[in-house]
Amino acid sequence: MITVPVMADLFAEGKEPDILFWVGSAGSFDDRAKKITRAFVKILNKAEVNFAVLGTEESSSGDAAKRAGNEFLFQMQAMTNIEVMNAYNVKKIVTACPHSFNTLKNEYPELGGKYEVFHHTQFIEQLVKEGKLDLSDAKLDINTITYHDPCYLGRANDEYEAPRTLLKSIKGTSLVEMKRSRNNSLCCGAGGAQMFKEPEKGDRDINDLRTEDALQTKPDVIATGCPFCNTMMTDGVKHHKKENQVEVKDIAELLAESLGL
Amino acid sequence: MQLIPNIIFAILLGVGVYFFASNVKKLIRNIKLGKDLDRSDQKSQRWSNMIRIALGQSKMVRRPVSGFLHVIVYIGFIIINIEVLEIVLDGLLGTHRLFLPILGKAFYGFLIGTFEVLALLVFVSVTIFWLRRNVLKIKRFWNKEMTDWPKNDGNYILYFEMVLMTLFLIMNTTDVHLQQSGTGNVISQFFVPLFQNISFEGLHLIERTAWWLHICGILVFLNYLYYSKHLHILLAFPNTFYANLKPKGQFPNNKNVTKEVQLMMDPNADPYAAPAEDEGEPEKFGASDVTDLNWVQLMNAYTCTECGRCTSVCPANLTGKELSPRAIMMKTRNRLEEVGRNIDANKGTFQDDGKQLLGDDYITQEEIWACTSCNACVEECPVNIDPLSIIMDMRQYLVMEQSAAPQELNAMMTNVENNGAPWQYSQMDRLNWVNEE
Repeated sequence: MITVPVMADLFAEGKEPDILFWVGSAGSFDDRAKKITRAFVKILNKAEVNFAVLGTEESSSGDAAKRAGNEFLFQMQAMTNIEVMNAYNVKKIVTACPHSFNTLKNEYPELGGKYEVFHHTQFIEQLVKEGKLDLSDAKLDINTITYHDPCYLGRANDEYEAPRTLLKSIKGTSLVEMKRSRNNSLCCGAGGAQMFKEPEKGDRDINDLRTEDALQTKPDVIATGCPFCNTMMTDGVKHHKKENQVEVKDIAELLAESLGL
Repeated sequence: MQLIPNIIFAILLGVGVYFFASNVKKLIRNIKLGKDLDRSDQKSQRWSNMIRIALGQSKMVRRPVSGFLHVIVYIGFIIINIEVLEIVLDGLLGTHRLFLPILGKAFYGFLIGTFEVLALLVFVSVTIFWLRRNVLKIKRFWNKEMTDWPKNDGNYILYFEMVLMTLFLIMNTTDVHLQQSGTGNVISQFFVPLFQNISFEGLHLIERTAWWLHICGILVFLNYLYYSKHLHILLAFPNTFYANLKPKGQFPNNKNVTKEVQLMMDPNADPYAAPAEDEGEPEKFGASDVTDLNWVQLMNAYTCTECGRCTSVCPANLTGKELSPRAIMMKTRNRLEEVGRNIDANKGTFQDDGKQLLGDDYITQEEIWACTSCNACVEECPVNIDPLSIIMDMRQYLVMEQSAAPQELNAMMTNVENNGAPWQYSQMDRLNWVNEE
């Protein structure tokens, strides 16, 4: 059982959470991403974080609309969301989606939404540092994990370490880097609203190429921190007919499993 | 009669500098065709970036081989230019090696010796560059935008440098006084045997010829810059200074849109209010031509030296799509130069030529839509050029002015508008995940 407090309910009780969990559209609706959402909530519950979600009051962050060129729609979404969040006096936000993370952190402030925004890997790392989450028993029976840097977490916001620190803290596994990693990482092919359209004509698909990078490390698990990367890499693994040997997992899922949650 | 060489030299120098200066003026005029953008903040960070990235070449050495060779050519270029100062003064005053008595034999010899070593190293490095381009055929020099002028331009620059370094060394080799003095000729002494059967007068003639060709070559090269990708040797500095300092994922919010959205969301706004006076032409959203871009984007285009590192890391290009970030910059420059020529030909005002940067003549929609906005090109550029910002401005134009997004993106945007998610799910179902296992 997971416990998911909803902002409106807390508000009615006169309570305020410490942090808002921004679930994001993928995390709310995509079947694969919903598992990531649940895994992250298990961690939040385990660390007894006083959080809440907006639930049905959450709407698209507008990231995809903005990257697709629809600035008007983006700002409509942003200002609507900001109105809701400011009404609830939101100060801190955590999200498991680097696209939401980026736009909330960087593009909302100018429009009136000034929050302290964390990617879930940054937030979990902080929980560990503060002693609220104990990873000393975190253990998984996986030989090799390789980590794919999401562009909107890595290059876009210079966060390369938090995901790696967490993965390295899971015992029984080893983290192997791809030849292109950190700021040299190759995109999975989903960013810039590509997630929602067919690629332009070319020789091959980007996720196929990126999955090839990952498979060269002979991994048991390809870890990532983005629901879109997850979809692209999962499709890539299928394309390479490796779905029986290689799993694509979010760091939150690996951590939840490693703690037996 | 004795002053004739001095006068000829002064005229050549004057003409060379005059043409260069007038081209620089044109360059600045063209860059200023871009829209305003305030990048005057965070001065200390900007200076530090310029010193680290342009002066210190920090991003060049991310690729060790080309980076190392480039640093040699760069250092050689800067240091050997100290010698050009002496050459210019000698030319104007009719002196020969003016600095020798001033600096003393030992120190002067040390300087000339250093120049000679660097000249040789530059020659070797440039030769390796040529081999990488033309024999090893490294892929990024053979993308489809690298044909005709861009390909030749790259090689011409290398030939220029080879010839200038050779002339410099010949000049020293055949300078009998320098060779007899025995200092500073660390490299050139080994070439002396090549000229051993030539009389003193013959050597002097060769030395003078090499001297004149060398300085004329430098003046020609200086004026070649404006027409070449080689402008980066100057523009890398302002370009790194004025580069974006915000997180790479932060795309600017269009202020005009903000005003409209705020008005729409303001419950007290009068829906029937007449527009405020003197609003003028409604602002165009996004960019379809160079004049819609900002001046930093236009300076980026002139700064690009077409090294292709951006394109070699672009996921779209690596998978065979039309998009090449380098081509975006090259086309932007080509169009900007075309607009500049149009203005020159029409007494200072641009006459519509029926062309735009975005369209069949230059950047196509197919290129614009292939971008994943991953920032790999921006990260990779050794001088902080931002091709992505141009692509995003063009998407804004296509969507907001032309409603010309790909079909699937229109569907995505309709969903966001109607149900607050890029997929067609009801907003009321946003919490369903809580009870699914």
